[in-house]
Amino acid sequence: MNNQLSAPEKELLRVEDVTRLYGERAGCLDVSLSLWPGEILGIVGESGSGKSTLLRCLAGIDPPTRGHIMFDSGKGLLDIYAVAEPDRRNMMRTAWGIVHQNPRDGLRMAISAGGNLAERLIDRGDRHYGRIREVARDWLQRVEIDPARMDDKPRAFSGGMQQRLQIARVLISEPRLVFMDEPTGGLDVSVQARLLDLLRVLVRDLGIAAIIVTHDLAVARLLTDRLLVMKEGRVVEHGLTDQVLDDPHHPYTQLLTSAVLAA
Amino acid sequence: MSIAKSSQADRADYNFAYLDEQTKRMVRRALLKAVAIPGYQVPFGSREMPLARGWGTGGIQITAALLGPTDVLKVIDQGADDTTNAVSIRRFFERVASVKTTTATGDATIIQTRHRIPEQPLQTGQIIVYQVPQPEPLRGLEPREEETRKMHAWAEYGLMQVRLYEEITRYGQAATTYAYPVLVNNRYVMSPTPIPKFDNPKMDMMPALQLFGAGREKRIYAVPPYTSVKSLDFDDHPFTIQQWEKPCALCGSRSSYLDEVVVDDRGGRMFICSDTDYCGGNVTDVASEEASA
Repeated sequence: MNNQLSAPEKELLRVEDVTRLYGERAGCLDVSLSLWPGEILGIVGESGSGKSTLLRCLAGIDPPTRGHIMFDSGKGLLDIYAVAEPDRRNMMRTAWGIVHQNPRDGLRMAISAGGNLAERLIDRGDRHYGRIREVARDWLQRVEIDPARMDDKPRAFSGGMQQRLQIARVLISEPRLVFMDEPTGGLDVSVQARLLDLLRVLVRDLGIAAIIVTHDLAVARLLTDRLLVMKEGRVVEHGLTDQVLDDPHHPYTQLLTSAVLAA
Repeated sequence: MSIAKSSQADRADYNFAYLDEQTKRMVRRALLKAVAIPGYQVPFGSREMPLARGWGTGGIQITAALLGPTDVLKVIDQGADDTTNAVSIRRFFERVASVKTTTATGDATIIQTRHRIPEQPLQTGQIIVYQVPQPEPLRGLEPREEETRKMHAWAEYGLMQVRLYEEITRYGQAATTYAYPVLVNNRYVMSPTPIPKFDNPKMDMMPALQLFGAGREKRIYAVPPYTSVKSLDFDDHPFTIQQWEKPCALCGSRSSYLDEVVVDDRGGRMFICSDTDYCGGNVTDVASEEASA
């Protein structure tokens, strides 16, 4: 058992039979999955298929009705809803991060861009203003925001910049796992392309794992290693991204892939 | 004379120190809990007082629960003993408790205050009661009460520091000059009420007991004697207090908190001590020195 724990192929996240009911209606049903460090998992499916519900459960925002979500924050797999709330809140800030579809949900709009990044460092215990500024400036550059805009409020930023700022705010606390809910939704195509490029580079450079919820199969193909296809709350197909997209088995996946215009 | 007479008449109608004994007990219980957990806000059943909420009803209830017949009370408002709020609260307790009152900081056993800590250092055995308009230091940052309680419970005070970060970024220094947040006993972040940040260092390791009452918000909190009270800051932007270029125009003090007073309509102004007792004492000292010379 000890051997298994110290093995490099240790799971980062294990999800067992997660079900989230909204009254009689099911948000997601009996979803099980595993995620390894550095891996990027995509969850695709049409609107209402339970993608976002599942993500909210996994990210610690919304407890599932049934099932377990186990996360390894360095001390072995722990059920995130069994640990005390302050510990879970701490994990949500440091061990993993969430990139929301709408940057307004992930940013503090009344606080400057630099302040948004500084908050994460301060949470971690940094109390040196100059050093905090340096790290924040460095991160702005990494997400291709001009450091001269550091003291502007995010509401003065364009949509693409807000999204990049949100990503920096998540990555600055060096999480082991990032959840992304439609990170490119609502952005025009050229901005989308640049953002995807940026995400790919950052995630690969830092070696962090990611779960990306999207309905855009192009995003899935570009970013993800493995793919999960959801329909009506259930996982209907699961496999390597290329395999699922090029040789879909489930009729729904076949429908989904054939709905994309050939390039 | 008329005060003494009317106080006898009032005592037939009111319990000693206005509040009934059950209410005082309730307030004292809250006080004990507050002293036991320095900086923690204890809810209490704030009563209607014969004074509008926001005028010091929290402080008055604490004072009423503390007063005994032998106590000597001093009441200050913005440092002064002779402003409306101070005068009316002092007269209130003269009438309903017949206690001795004073303006001399050294003579008082209980000092009720709004917006200042006296310049003369307080001693062991003295109690200072603060009137608190807004007890929650996190309120401006987090509007939800449920959330602020969690933040206190788990000492999640990052947001407070972010506010300081924003001020330094925008103004080059911490721009909060009053109600400057403090960390009490290395645990709870507390609002020191709207005292100027000039007074913050006086709270640290103070020999006197410090009690805080918010009547409208129904909270009591406390700092026991000799407890550490640290003003929040950054390592490379340490906490500083206000300074003035000139000394007090009346007593010449260079070490006290000065108020700016406009003296005419041509832009004339002078700076004088806000602590009237301290200033008056300095003036008499100077006069007696001159007389003996």
